[in-house]
Amino acid sequence: MSITKVELADIVYENMKLDKKRATDLVDMFFEEMKNALVKDGEVQVSGFGKFFVKEKKERKGRNPKTGESIMIEPRKVATFHHSQVLKDRLNGQKK
Amino acid sequence: MNKSDLAKQLAEKASLSKGDAEKCVAIVWESIQDALTQGERVEIRGFGSFSVKHFDAREGRNPKTGESIKIEPRSLPRFKAGKDLKDRINHK
Repeated sequence: MSITKVELADIVYENMKLDKKRATDLVDMFFEEMKNALVKDGEVQVSGFGKFFVKEKKERKGRNPKTGESIMIEPRKVATFHHSQVLKDRLNGQKK
Repeated sequence: MNKSDLAKQLAEKASLSKGDAEKCVAIVWESIQDALTQGERVEIRGFGSFSVKHFDAREGRNPKTGESIKIEPRSLPRFKAGKDLKDRINHK
């Protein structure tokens, strides 16, 4: 089972003493702001967790794996994530 | 942009006190970390998903000295951007 926005809203609701609808809205707004920030600044640093940033990809030749047909992949931007040392340590059982 | 800028933005948009916004931001990241630590996947529709990938121990080599070293098994987080995020950074 994956954790989704529903579970995150529940945790916010339990910890912040506000009503459930408000907690749900806050979690929605939170990820909206993350997206806005990435679109606007191209980078969001979350200390203790990692860094999200936008990377430019150049155009390249690709191939349709089904037909074998050669196609041009347009230049585009992708969102990537680099984990922080703290997160890596926690995932590997070295709690700080 | 960092965590406190994010809290500031959230406070403004949600008309929340700065303290509460900071608390909210902290809770969300902390919860995602907890889930990942327990080996759970986190999926945020439109934003992206986080998962943990496990790597087995393997023999590595110090590229400078050629010396053979043992690389410990480890788990690393992965992030995959969601459709809306992908589209928006490409201004679609």
